[in-house]
Amino acid sequence: MTAIDENHQAGLLHHEGEPATLDAVAVSAWFGSRKVLERCSLTMAARRVTALIGPSGCGKSTFLRVLNRMHEVVPGAAIAGRVELDGADIYGRTMSATEVRTRIGMVFQKPNPFPAMTIGDNVLAGLKLSRSQVAGRDDLIEECLTRAGLWTEVKDRLKEGGMSLSGGQQQRLCIARALAVRPQVLLMDEPCSALDPISTRVVEETIAAIGHDITIVIVTHNMQQAARVSDQCAFFLVETQKEPGRIVESGETKKLFDSPDDPRTLDYVTGRFG
Amino acid sequence: MDTEVLDLTALEAEDSPENDRPRRQRKLSGDDLAAATLAAISGGAFAWVLRILLGQHGIMGTAIWWYIGALVVFFLIIRDRTDSEGALDKIMTTLIWSAGVLVSALLVWMLSYLVFKGIPKITASFFSEDMSKVGPLTPGGGVKHALIGTIEQVGLATIAVVPLAVLTAIYLNEIGGRLAKPARFVIDAMSGLPSIIAGLLIYTIWVTYFGFSGIAGSMALLVLMLPTVTRASEEILRTIPDSLREGALALGAPQWQLILRIVLPTAMAGLVTATILGIARAVGETAPMLLTAFGSDSTNTNPFKGPQSDLPLFVWKLIRLPNETSQARAWAGLLVLVMLVLILFVTARYISGRSQKKLGRAS
Repeated sequence: MTAIDENHQAGLLHHEGEPATLDAVAVSAWFGSRKVLERCSLTMAARRVTALIGPSGCGKSTFLRVLNRMHEVVPGAAIAGRVELDGADIYGRTMSATEVRTRIGMVFQKPNPFPAMTIGDNVLAGLKLSRSQVAGRDDLIEECLTRAGLWTEVKDRLKEGGMSLSGGQQQRLCIARALAVRPQVLLMDEPCSALDPISTRVVEETIAAIGHDITIVIVTHNMQQAARVSDQCAFFLVETQKEPGRIVESGETKKLFDSPDDPRTLDYVTGRFG
Repeated sequence: MDTEVLDLTALEAEDSPENDRPRRQRKLSGDDLAAATLAAISGGAFAWVLRILLGQHGIMGTAIWWYIGALVVFFLIIRDRTDSEGALDKIMTTLIWSAGVLVSALLVWMLSYLVFKGIPKITASFFSEDMSKVGPLTPGGGVKHALIGTIEQVGLATIAVVPLAVLTAIYLNEIGGRLAKPARFVIDAMSGLPSIIAGLLIYTIWVTYFGFSGIAGSMALLVLMLPTVTRASEEILRTIPDSLREGALALGAPQWQLILRIVLPTAMAGLVTATILGIARAVGETAPMLLTAFGSDSTNTNPFKGPQSDLPLFVWKLIRLPNETSQARAWAGLLVLVMLVLILFVTARYISGRSQKKLGRAS
């Protein structure tokens, strides 16, 4: 037990804070016998924000969940292909699912602070759940909440329950919680779709601020948001109902929005369908 | 110019503070009440005529005919005033109200009868004396031995049930292996088990070797409580949103940490409620206790050795005796038992109410 803990700690120290490149190579995904993703390859470069765009049900969220092994949590889920974090396969034998998830954090569509914990404990939750001791907890809480743009709003109410915050504040709390584990990559699954415009702007500012420190992959339905926050983009599409989703085109955001190679991308980004 | 000024004053009048008072829309109008009274009177007349025609003697039949007659007349009056749709709505409302009133009345009647019969014997000494030196006709005596027995037997059973039930619920809901389905089936089947079978089981495998004791009673109660508490706990765990589990997993939590630090603390209030429901089910069991704890008139504080009484056994033993003092003691014992269950239920409601609030804010 202790040996595993020490190894675990060493592994965490080894990567801590360092942004890494995430490489998906020919990733396919299934729910039971239904194939939802077909050989998607995408390089998500370090210190850059990658946006996954496309109409509903095209497999963006599934692709995102494959990237930190959350896909396998669903019963009957299966994948093919490789996902490499700085060259190491996250589905390989040397990496456990829990280690992958501490290195590749995730923020969900609906804010999900832990109701049985205070705001402060919510920030530290990831550390408590994956590691034994937390050093310098007050500093860490302040740092993470500051990075998530929430510190000034909650610094006097850290002892209150996480549920006492508004929806936008809860989502930023979840971002702070994900940052506290010091992930190399942060995945965001439509983080603003449940938020009002003002909260959305604050979260986008947060993304812009932390995007230079870590690798960010964000799924969004909002084309303007993708254009605002991302450096590069990947466009997912399902051709007909029964087919799996594919990456139609990927590249620099500016190019994808201004002069895409594929006519379907042009149709989508100009709002002609989807 | 003039009209504008006039308009403004009109607007002000509309806007005046006197008009800004809360106004409740009344559901029950005076007309409805009048119609209901009329219907009740004509229903009574109808029932009385039937009573004479059919030669009824009891109250029950007349009361039922009165209710039916009143309902029909009420329907006809309302239909004349509005339409049959609205009348049907009123009839349905009346039916549902009557059902609620009937059930509450039964409960209130039962409880007040119990309080009326039991309260005269409830004194301080009733809780500090047992039945060892009390003859059937002498005054005094009390439930001390039975109260101690009930607390020990139910307490021991609860201590064993809680970890077993919560772990099983975690297996069923959080882990959900291949055995989850058969396990759930067995638990459901167990919850329908007649309680005397639990008593017989413990009698056969334990009492025949080690004799009657409080702990044997606890074992029988365990068999009865386990399905109740397990299923209730499972339902509670199911109310915890999956988003919390995903949130914890995405932070790199191993499953046991997720369960220990996220699922169980979030479900705590609900699990306490589930346990109290199980206790409330067990505390009134009589049949299995006859075969296991057996009962006694003297105080036995050791649940591991010798026959021990408890409140249901105390009542069961005394209520069958013909003399008034024994009957009075039995009623008082029943009242103590019901009070115990009532305290448990109120506690459960209070705790679950608080947890609902917490989860309500979560969604």
